[in-house]
Amino acid sequence: MKMSGWGRYPQIETEVVYPASFSDCSQRIRSADRVIARGLGRSYGDSSLYQNMLGSRYLDRYVAFDEESGLLTCSAGVSLDQIVSTFVPRGWFLPVTPGTRFVTIGGAIASDVHGKNHHVDGTFCDHVDRIDLLLGSGEVVTVTPDEKPDLFRATCGGMGLTGMILSASLKLRRIKSGEMEQTIIKTPDIEATLRAFEEASGASYSVAWIDCLARGKALGRSLLVLGEHAQKGSLNAKPGQGISIPCNMPSGLLNPLTVKLFNALYYNKVLHSGKKSIVSLHSFFYPLDSLQNWNRLYGRKGFVQYQFVLPKSSGLEGIKHMLERISHSGRGSFLAVLKVFGSANDNLLSFPMEGYTLALDFKVEPAVFSLLDELDRIMLDHGGRLYLTKDSRMSEETFKAGYPAWADFNEIRTRYQAIDKFVSGQSIRLGLNS
Amino acid sequence: MKVLVIGATSAIAEATARIWAGKGHHLCLIARNRERLDAIAADLSVRGAGSLATIVLDLNEMHRHEQVVEEAAEALGGIDIVLVAHGTLGEQEACERDFDLAMKEFTTNALSVFSLLTLLANRFEGQAHGTIAVISSVAGDRGRQSNYIYGSAKGAVTLYLQGLRQRLYKSGVHVVTIKPGFVDTPMTAGFEKGLLWAKPDQVARGIHSAIDKKRNVAYVPWFWQIIMLVIKAIPESIMKRLSL
Repeated sequence: MKMSGWGRYPQIETEVVYPASFSDCSQRIRSADRVIARGLGRSYGDSSLYQNMLGSRYLDRYVAFDEESGLLTCSAGVSLDQIVSTFVPRGWFLPVTPGTRFVTIGGAIASDVHGKNHHVDGTFCDHVDRIDLLLGSGEVVTVTPDEKPDLFRATCGGMGLTGMILSASLKLRRIKSGEMEQTIIKTPDIEATLRAFEEASGASYSVAWIDCLARGKALGRSLLVLGEHAQKGSLNAKPGQGISIPCNMPSGLLNPLTVKLFNALYYNKVLHSGKKSIVSLHSFFYPLDSLQNWNRLYGRKGFVQYQFVLPKSSGLEGIKHMLERISHSGRGSFLAVLKVFGSANDNLLSFPMEGYTLALDFKVEPAVFSLLDELDRIMLDHGGRLYLTKDSRMSEETFKAGYPAWADFNEIRTRYQAIDKFVSGQSIRLGLNS
Repeated sequence: MKVLVIGATSAIAEATARIWAGKGHHLCLIARNRERLDAIAADLSVRGAGSLATIVLDLNEMHRHEQVVEEAAEALGGIDIVLVAHGTLGEQEACERDFDLAMKEFTTNALSVFSLLTLLANRFEGQAHGTIAVISSVAGDRGRQSNYIYGSAKGAVTLYLQGLRQRLYKSGVHVVTIKPGFVDTPMTAGFEKGLLWAKPDQVARGIHSAIDKKRNVAYVPWFWQIIMLVIKAIPESIMKRLSL
């Protein structure tokens, strides 16, 4: 069967098996040649793609929940969507959530995902206490920050390349309401945007939508969205019905003109800076989830997402440099998102580091790849790196320059018999496997 | 509500039990495999089941049925709803070669169901309330060369339930025949999946609403009612020539 990641690029011929139990997983790992685990397929490129894939669809059970501490143990295939719908009505929420709830616990750990609260709460794995990991030998081991810490730090953010995550324990966060108090700050340029982030560093959640086609004086104009969990309101808010993109849209739909128009309209929709409102948890954290299959908007050939982080030391200059090059290309995307990260953790391949991260989409077309190669060079000059979960095209050199711990990572993979067993299209492309 | 789920490790039964657990109902689960049963029970507890009991039983051990139904009723403190969901999708060709296999399939999919329903029907008739929901199949609507052993067992279940529904109606007990179409579960892992395939949670919602609305026969998803109407209408003289 032909499969792809969320960006629908690249597509490869694969065979997916969905084990029904942990012992079934173990058996398949023992008999498999090389394999990669896959959850809901929300990584954008080839991180969960290989000829042989083990899907976690049927590993979707809760194991235990402690009402006192909020510690939840569940199998790897449980989705954040499931957790939100089971636990929000009881007054608990995810400690960290990415912009979609359609990812699994296994995927969230393998990508060490981050959210709008990274500057306060770190990454997803910073709230994970324990992982049960199926090794290449078929043996299951428990890893925690203290037990096999090397394997724990490699598995968190390790893109499924250290073993198959079977289950994990994470600490949920108490909430009093299913609603969010949202404030939108409108900023005229990139300097003002970064300053606004700085001033809002006390906010629990912050993220900016940035008009990446604006140029000159307006370069980097943004809507900075801040959020706090409301103290009162219903816990039973359900996501709206949403709509679904029924089929691949003609790829010409998204062209420089329509994107520019959309961005201008979006920016000008908010008239007053500092606008406050109460919004549902779903619309605050998961706005795109109500547009099902939105990846089809980019047409049959798909799209690539480009998310980089620049260290804080590269400052305004670095981010300006990148933005200028992007806006000059005219290939900016619908939704470009800017976020200020807090400090990095110790996980070997985790993406976030203290600094600025920007995420944007590009429709797949020949000219895009040379543009991205050029952006890679500017990004590396400023000491940055790319998010592996979004990546489908970076070179081995770009990867190794951005993630100097890759060699330690592979050493740990060798030590735990993972290196010749857990392999993805991405791990081959990045030189983590031959 | 006090709900007994028989064949609780089937994907359809598990998905349905999740809905009951989310509503805080009391559950008793019966299945053959201890490891899988325990995993499902833990999951349903976290989801909010009011109380949870499990009984390990190979449902082909019919001499134990009476004792097990007693045990379940005791654990729950009575039974309001029972879902009979166990079954196997045997290999048709193997069953054609070996009658022992065919008989085993028929025993699992039909006779063991009749044994349970005998006990449950008498209990429900006595208490004069409750719902008996049984998973049959669209395969029981018409015999086809590709699966007539499974189909004839499910067909027998469908007919049995028609009679039972009439009998229990007088006592205020409701009988629901559930007829799923193609469902994407570990049991059907070997099949190419197409547009007609449903996910277990979709089927579970269908079962739930069939029980709530006291439907007699529920095709899940609903469009199978139309498909089967067409398939049942094909004359035998034509049917025998088709590769269907």
